Amino acid sequence: MSEILLLLVSTVLVNNFVLAKFLGLCPFMGVSSRVETATGMAIATTFVLTMASLASYLIKFFILEPFGLEYLQVLSFILAIAVVVQFTEMVIQKTSPMLYRLLGIFLPLITTNCAVLGVALLNVNKEHNFIQSIIFGFGAALGFSLVLILFAAIRERIAVADVPAPFQGAAISLITAGLMSLAFMGFAGLVKI
Amino acid sequence: MEILEPIIVLTLFASVCGALLGFAAIKFKTEGNPIVDQINGLLPQTQCGQCGHPGCKPYAEAISKGEAINRCPPGGEAGIKALAELLELEILELDESCGEETRPRVAYIREEECIGCTKCIQACPVDAIVGAAKLMHTVILSECTGCDLCIPPCPVDCIDMPFVETTSDNWRWAHPNKAAPSNKKNDSLIDVKLVS
Repeated sequence: MSEILLLLVSTVLVNNFVLAKFLGLCPFMGVSSRVETATGMAIATTFVLTMASLASYLIKFFILEPFGLEYLQVLSFILAIAVVVQFTEMVIQKTSPMLYRLLGIFLPLITTNCAVLGVALLNVNKEHNFIQSIIFGFGAALGFSLVLILFAAIRERIAVADVPAPFQGAAISLITAGLMSLAFMGFAGLVKI
Repeated sequence: MEILEPIIVLTLFASVCGALLGFAAIKFKTEGNPIVDQINGLLPQTQCGQCGHPGCKPYAEAISKGEAINRCPPGGEAGIKALAELLELEILELDESCGEETRPRVAYIREEECIGCTKCIQACPVDAIVGAAKLMHTVILSECTGCDLCIPPCPVDCIDMPFVETTSDNWRWAHPNKAAPSNKKNDSLIDVKLVS
């Protein structure tokens, strides 16, 4: 149990996907201009990342390893992620139109979030078992959500702040992201796995 | 021959994924609310926004959720009656706060006065106004729904809303499936000068 908790804290804070591994930077910059959209994206990503982590483990264990096809993992993981995202979209559209409207365009966009493929590949790299894979995916998504929403809140404040002309727009956002990354470096050494 | 195995395995895997998605597409098919489309068919499609919604479809959705059926001035009494019949509701008086029922009208730009500001083009909900910046604009009469939305933005007040007079040339029977015929149906015969 404590091992699972450690893994969770480690992926959320210490090895944060966005600020420590620099994965998923596209949605981090792209959909962080408003807290509402950032929250929608965070929920959708959490769901897909956990599901994709699970699916990629199953594929690795039941398809790739028995046939000795590990060298095709990128290809099969991308296929699996695309299917998971599409399937999730259909199910959500049917079962919860409210959630579907909230997530909107973000759901299909997650297919191209490199953090999703990153989680699948890192799971293989770190030789995680079934439970660990799910926890790792969920933790990565939690970390992504945390950082994304925090960053969106900061950017909402920056939008009304008096920013010097050379720093306006993307420049100040990138600097802010860098400072956040520095701040998250403070978590390094909190957990050692 | 070793190459065959991965090809077969991946093809099978991809087929299973495809079959799963195909199955899900049928199993989780969402049908649009059919009553909304029926209500929308009875609304006059002027997209005028007098009911307080951005267009006829959103108003149709609101009606299906229980909003009053008497908020559509262009549809008028006949429209309310048709809606009441469809939804088995009581016939209500037109809500005067939304506007008054008028005869079908079309927008007409007095072209010599138009300064080409494009403001009416942006206001038009059905893209019935053509023109470019600093060039004269004109109205495509067959597209115009007579919604009045282009009048307030016009800085030189050069838009008229002439009534579409019913003459022996353009009179026709009301469409049997449509209790509230919009002027879209008989507009090809409107007696207003068309500019080519």
